[in-house]
Amino acid sequence: MLKTLAKQLKEFTFTAIISPIWMIGEVICEMIIPVLMGRIVDIGIGTDEVPGDMGYIAKAGLIMVVVAAFGLLCGCMGGLTRSKASAGLSRNLRKAMHDNIQTFSFANIDKFSTSGLVTRLTTDVTNIQNSFMMLLSMAVRAPMSMVVAMVMSFYLSPRIASIYLIAVIFLACIMFGLMGTTTRYFKKVFERYDALNESVQENVSAIRVVKAYVREEYENEKFQKAAFNIYEMFVKAEKRLAKIGPVMMGTVYTCILLISWAGAHMIVSNELTTGALMSLLAYCMNILMSLMMVSMVFVMITMSEASAKRIAEVLNEKSSIVNPENPVMEVKDGSVVFDHVYFSYKEDAKEPVLKDVNLDIRSGETIGIIGSTGSAKSSLVNLISRLYDVKEGSVKVGGRDVREYDLEVLRNEVAVVLQKNELFSGTIYENLRWGKPDATEEECRRACELACASEFIDKMPQGYNTYIEQGGSNVSGGQKQRLCIARALLKAPKILILDDSTSAVDTATDAKIRKAFAQEIPNTTKFIIAQRISSVENCDRIIVMEDGTVNDFGSHKELLERNPIYREVYESQTGANGDADFDEKN
Amino acid sequence: MADEKVREVKGPGPRGQRGMPRPKIKNPGKLLKRLLGYVFKFYGLQMILVVVCIVVSVLANIQGTLFTKTLIDGYINPLLKTANEGGSPDFGPLGFAILRVAVFYAIGITASYVQSLTMVFITQGTLKNLRAALFEHMESLPIKYFDTNAHGDIMSIYTNDIDTLRQMISQSMPQLLNSAITIVSVFISMIVLNIPLTILTIIMVATMLFASTSAAKASGRNFVKQQKNLGKLNGYIEEMMNGEKVIKVFCHEQKTIEDFDKYNEELFESAYKANAFSALLGPINAQLGNISYVLCALLGGALALTTSSSTGAGVAFFLALVQLFGTLSVGSLASFLTFNKSFSMPINQVSMQFNSIIMALAGAERVFNLLDEKPEMDEGYVMLVNAEKKDGKIVEVDHHTGFWAWKHYHKAEGTTDYKPLEGDVTFNDVDFGYTDEKMVLHNIVLHAEPGQKIALVGSTGAGKTTITNLINRFYDIQDGKIRYDNININKISKKDLRKSLGIVLQDTHLFTGTVAENIRYGKLDATDEEVYAAARLANADSFIRRLPDGYDTMLTGDGANLSQGQRQLLAIARAAIADPPVLILDEATSSIDTRTEKIVQDGMDKLMANRTTFVIAHRLSTIRNSDCILVMEQGRIIERGNHEELLAKKGRYYQLYTGNKSETA
Repeated sequence: MLKTLAKQLKEFTFTAIISPIWMIGEVICEMIIPVLMGRIVDIGIGTDEVPGDMGYIAKAGLIMVVVAAFGLLCGCMGGLTRSKASAGLSRNLRKAMHDNIQTFSFANIDKFSTSGLVTRLTTDVTNIQNSFMMLLSMAVRAPMSMVVAMVMSFYLSPRIASIYLIAVIFLACIMFGLMGTTTRYFKKVFERYDALNESVQENVSAIRVVKAYVREEYENEKFQKAAFNIYEMFVKAEKRLAKIGPVMMGTVYTCILLISWAGAHMIVSNELTTGALMSLLAYCMNILMSLMMVSMVFVMITMSEASAKRIAEVLNEKSSIVNPENPVMEVKDGSVVFDHVYFSYKEDAKEPVLKDVNLDIRSGETIGIIGSTGSAKSSLVNLISRLYDVKEGSVKVGGRDVREYDLEVLRNEVAVVLQKNELFSGTIYENLRWGKPDATEEECRRACELACASEFIDKMPQGYNTYIEQGGSNVSGGQKQRLCIARALLKAPKILILDDSTSAVDTATDAKIRKAFAQEIPNTTKFIIAQRISSVENCDRIIVMEDGTVNDFGSHKELLERNPIYREVYESQTGANGDADFDEKN
Repeated sequence: MADEKVREVKGPGPRGQRGMPRPKIKNPGKLLKRLLGYVFKFYGLQMILVVVCIVVSVLANIQGTLFTKTLIDGYINPLLKTANEGGSPDFGPLGFAILRVAVFYAIGITASYVQSLTMVFITQGTLKNLRAALFEHMESLPIKYFDTNAHGDIMSIYTNDIDTLRQMISQSMPQLLNSAITIVSVFISMIVLNIPLTILTIIMVATMLFASTSAAKASGRNFVKQQKNLGKLNGYIEEMMNGEKVIKVFCHEQKTIEDFDKYNEELFESAYKANAFSALLGPINAQLGNISYVLCALLGGALALTTSSSTGAGVAFFLALVQLFGTLSVGSLASFLTFNKSFSMPINQVSMQFNSIIMALAGAERVFNLLDEKPEMDEGYVMLVNAEKKDGKIVEVDHHTGFWAWKHYHKAEGTTDYKPLEGDVTFNDVDFGYTDEKMVLHNIVLHAEPGQKIALVGSTGAGKTTITNLINRFYDIQDGKIRYDNININKISKKDLRKSLGIVLQDTHLFTGTVAENIRYGKLDATDEEVYAAARLANADSFIRRLPDGYDTMLTGDGANLSQGQRQLLAIARAAIADPPVLILDEATSSIDTRTEKIVQDGMDKLMANRTTFVIAHRLSTIRNSDCILVMEQGRIIERGNHEELLAKKGRYYQLYTGNKSETA
């Protein structure tokens, strides 16, 4: 996992390596200063008996200033390189993920879900960037300054340094012990957080239900409980953390007192100088503070581990659909053949979504598909443009297996208007040109006329230059669907698939669109998935889907005669119990 | 054009993270006071305890630092003298002094432990109270609040904002207090030890502050830029991930990558600069601190130095000059140098905490803004009570009878009368607009008699749902009158009004919990038998029994493990168990396919029997047997009548009806 992420450092690898080295320089400078300070006291100031040497103070002071300046340089360089490396890592991670996502198949996207991908590209990357920056500074700095301070202490007085060593080991044991249990508690805290957030989320989105049933009190009680649960667990966890500070202080103070006692003896017996004692006291703080930092780094890493894992998942994901070698670059015609097709979304699914589907569709035919929700209508058509791969059997377009085609060629010839369609922020022209980048204004207008979109576009003050907001939020559902159809039409495909693409369009317009299709693009094979019988009854042939199988396949007349499901749907929508549609009319 | 217009995304984004630009707050002082007031309200005594503990531990700490001076001046040097003079040094007094300091330290440690422990309770308790207050207040807010605020923004108050408050209360506040006390006491100690050195230290600290604020300013400018670029990129990511399948279908991957790279590169540039400047802060402060240390040592050395014969004349003169300001013992110098460090450290800490405090205050502002939202007012006094009929008169009883009555107290006469709950709804020339400037409903007149079925048809945005929002007073009307059983609904207590209305909406919302609990939502004290009966009525019983745990199956994430139709059936069962006299069905079946709809429709029909029902639908099967169909357009009722009458009228309804028919033919 870490290796996958580290690989993305790329051109910043050198920067990332050099950064800790600057850091080490800074630490060494910082560590030299207490020694010099001790010397100043010993030699420069002296004692009441041994007179001091002002010249030495000046000399040592000068060295100290130089050391501090060098430390400043190292520190600044460390900071700069660290910022660059971490910002660079996050840039590369985002790019690598994004590039890989562009190769994903629908199955890959389903696996991560849209919101999952967004989180990985945004929050998770930011987490990693912050942790990496901390890592570059603290993870090197803390152990480094601990080691240097320790070495210096041993150099000054091995006996006193050994006190530090014992203290460090003692503290480390206690801290890691406490941290271990605390992180367990914190994990529980986060679980309870999720429950709490869910409760808020539910209440915000279902506030009408809450209010309609006058359940405010009831929800309050539920929430109080969830809030108390968090409180309880948090207190438990933090009570443990609260011990770390005092333990830490206790150890520092014990060390100081021990050194004072032992140091006094050693000075008196001339084994130690007063200045050295002062330096040692300074190192004491340094060592124990570094230990504190190490434990913080430890916490940081565990916290960003989840993010790292999620990012690595995206980076390591291999697209389940790849271009074949020596792909076929031309689709001959719009004929479609399903040959004993089995399909399921998950590898290990018990029951396949599509079972033994056999269809033979001629180029230029108009095919209706009808069936209840979950009968696998969308799954069926998604196989034609190879949005998913079959499990068994084969789907052939223009006489060749779809897996033999170059993906781009295939998808340009097989245009799908997805059930959940999206427009992008940009003008109507810009959106339409997704279908054909070099489409002239004339072509765009014609496609919109075919899709019955021109009637509302012309009414807009800015016409085709109207700006569509993100997600198409400033056009109605029916308008959005028509724009999506126009966009697909611009591709001038050999096969056009409309997956419930006119559900928000009123019946009259729906009929107009179908009529235009029949007249203007007669040679395009058309698949129309619909809920309304009226949308499909004029098709050449109609597929009745039921539980992942083709229940029947024939013309409206034939089906009406022989197929009970079709008849049932037909009767429920027409005749005496007929079903008009009072939906929107724009 | 697309470049500039990419929307900045709010929600689970980078809000509240390290290094954000400082948000603008109107009145930070007032906010801080209010926040502290909130903490003190529940935890006043504990806060005082914390302050006392902080003072004690800071003083104990300073005692320790001062001890370095006593150690060197008072013990080591004299001992050294004795030893040098050949006497045997007595370590007894030193041992005693160390013991005394140990006691100080012990007190300090205990105080700091008590402090952090108390802080845990204060922080978590305050957050718990705050969350509960937030939620309770949110539940009392009118629907308008939820309709006009993005749900993501409301959520982020509970998550991000509360979290920044946690950091502020648990870390920033005690640290600030600690720093303040440390600064004051160290300052006093420094003055006591030596005035010239104190002045020098203060000059150096001022330099440090100046340097760090300049770096912080430069960094802040870039953070603003980074935040803007991050917003742009996140907006782009969100849009493209949502449309990823469309991208695939149109083979638009290459173009998307190019755009993405552009945004990504911009973000990198600004992120690098912003972080670089803030990374400079640390070393600048640290090394200036060291230089301050050196200068103190030099000056202190000069003050402490004893002149000797080997000293040059110039140096001796300099020393004499300096020492005019006073002299210093070696031990005092050692202590002072420690103070030098412990003086600059808290000042740095305060300046580092500053950003996070501002962030937290911005969070606090949003929290308090929610708490300050005006709750839904309920001035209704007509109440719904259990009743019984005795000798033709209605009397109030305190047990459930299944017979409900409106208890209407007439202030003027001082009398109370009871009216049976029937479900008669009238609209009298009602005008309504979500804002006063723009009316969306005009002159609505309608009368639904008990048990009648009223259908509302018309295009999206015609005002159908708005009408139903007025009956249960989710919104209040601007003009006209709405009466329920001939009582102005403004006089009815909202709680009771809503209890008498059942609603099934197009988007079903289920709650985390078991299936049974979800049905019971309509009537909290319903028996199991009642739950089953309601489920049977809604045609939901059979599918529920097929679920892995039947009625005890857990539903999570708004019932994501159920199909749309099944969720709709549960919503119907939930309305059925509440058994309201008036029912509102808002597009309850529109997102279900025709075959599933038949099952749902059956349940719905059973539910509608003998109830006044308002139904919004676009399928003829739902509408045609209504007692009255209202055709709406642009906020007005343009036609009314039953199916046959409307057809005979050959108006809009006829057009809609036949328009469809002609296509099917």
